[in-house]
Amino acid sequence: MQLFPCPFCGSRDETEFHFGGEAGKVRPEPAGETDATRWSRYLHVNANPKGATSEIWVHDTCGEFFLMERDTVSHAVTGSKSLRAEER
Amino acid sequence: MTRRYSAFGLFREGLRGHTGWHPAWRSPMPKASYDAVIVGGGGQGLATAYYLAKNHGMTDVAVIEKGWLGGGNTGRNTTTIRSNYFYPESVALYDFALKLYEGLSRELNYNIMLSQRGVLTVAHSEGEMEMAARLVNAMQINGTDAELLDRTGVLSRAPLLNDTDEARYPIFGGTFQGRAGVARHDAVAWGYARAADRFGVDIIQGCEVTGFIVEGGRCAGVETTMGPIRAGSVALAVAGHSSVLAAKAGFDLPMRSYSLQAMVSEPVKPCLDTVVLYQGTGTYLFQSDKGEIVVGGGLDRVPSYAQRGNPPMQQTVISGLLEMFPAFAQLKMMRQWAGIVDVVPDSSPIIGPSPLPGLYLNCGWGTGGFKSIPAGGWLTAHLVATGEHHDISRPFDLDRFRTGRLVDEAAGSGIAH
Repeated sequence: MQLFPCPFCGSRDETEFHFGGEAGKVRPEPAGETDATRWSRYLHVNANPKGATSEIWVHDTCGEFFLMERDTVSHAVTGSKSLRAEER
Repeated sequence: MTRRYSAFGLFREGLRGHTGWHPAWRSPMPKASYDAVIVGGGGQGLATAYYLAKNHGMTDVAVIEKGWLGGGNTGRNTTTIRSNYFYPESVALYDFALKLYEGLSRELNYNIMLSQRGVLTVAHSEGEMEMAARLVNAMQINGTDAELLDRTGVLSRAPLLNDTDEARYPIFGGTFQGRAGVARHDAVAWGYARAADRFGVDIIQGCEVTGFIVEGGRCAGVETTMGPIRAGSVALAVAGHSSVLAAKAGFDLPMRSYSLQAMVSEPVKPCLDTVVLYQGTGTYLFQSDKGEIVVGGGLDRVPSYAQRGNPPMQQTVISGLLEMFPAFAQLKMMRQWAGIVDVVPDSSPIIGPSPLPGLYLNCGWGTGGFKSIPAGGWLTAHLVATGEHHDISRPFDLDRFRTGRLVDEAAGSGIAH
């Protein structure tokens, strides 16, 4: 089992976590001016990088979403930080 | 020199001390230019090259592989071939592949060891039985074979299944597709490679594509570790690494790469003559011709390019196996491995032109690339040769993510990913 670092609970088993998507995606607004191409890019398209990546994860047991820096080849975790404004 | 494989040829070579065999394909250095270059020497890429030569008379073709033939997902899957899908578009695609598989050993003069032993999917409740009946009806309407089995029918096909009162997932019945089965995965890659080579296709292994030659907004070839190779058209058939190569060509794909793992036990006496999938556990298995129990399950839940499986999913798959077949608790597992699969939001493949003109896509097969190799190759060849979609591949264009016309098999046939 790999341990993932939750910024609130510390190191926990990887099965307690859920992948929430790539970091840095911004929902196109306003909806009325968003065409199908932009919307489908937001909805479906990913960089899907090989190597270093920055992702949103949720720790299911405490319910917090956070940012995790990870490598998709070695699976090494290089950083984990809160997404709460007051903790940044 | 024995060129054509046959029982007689094998007998004759036996008398000659096997001195007349020669390599099944050449290993040429790449030329400076080809009519078409296929990136990826797995089943899909090799089949594309074969059908380009056979169906369209295009023989000035190269297949470029960074490792060795069939060393990616073609050599890492669990070799199951089936067409038990829900939507008409999907059945048209996967049943086309199954039909081509049925004649493939003869066509390629290479024994792919196709064994149509059927795929049995077990349902565990009244509700699941209703969904099973819906799937069977859809498959029959779409023109492929499917049967709805009751509990007795399931147990007669797989008598070792756990049918005790204590079973966590009771057996209510299931669906059965009798034409489905398994084939030897390496033989599919090698058979297509040998047959394509006969047409004059150059198969170049150990050569990695590092970039694309773009001239006037059009793909005019590839940059490789063996130097630039110009091409009239380029096709990408690189499964889990599609996003990596797409980035080099300047676009992104609606795709995520995950590890899909499988494992195999020691060989045991014949005890299971069909492929069994439990909806409850997500574990599926069959017994190979050598007697090993081949076991697979769902994706690892961590996006990855690591080509190795994580322990939590291994535990899930094995615990599922023991729930289904308590007798298999005595089995010793021998090997475990993983491939990197290209998962798209609707669990259907992407076949079609890419955003870069002159570059065509064959990807997004996710966990189902092996079963569709002949169809994927046929349709991609059609696309590269004519520049137009075949009727079967049109619904699987990349454009569907913009128009919203998805072929959502995750919801349709209930496949897990």
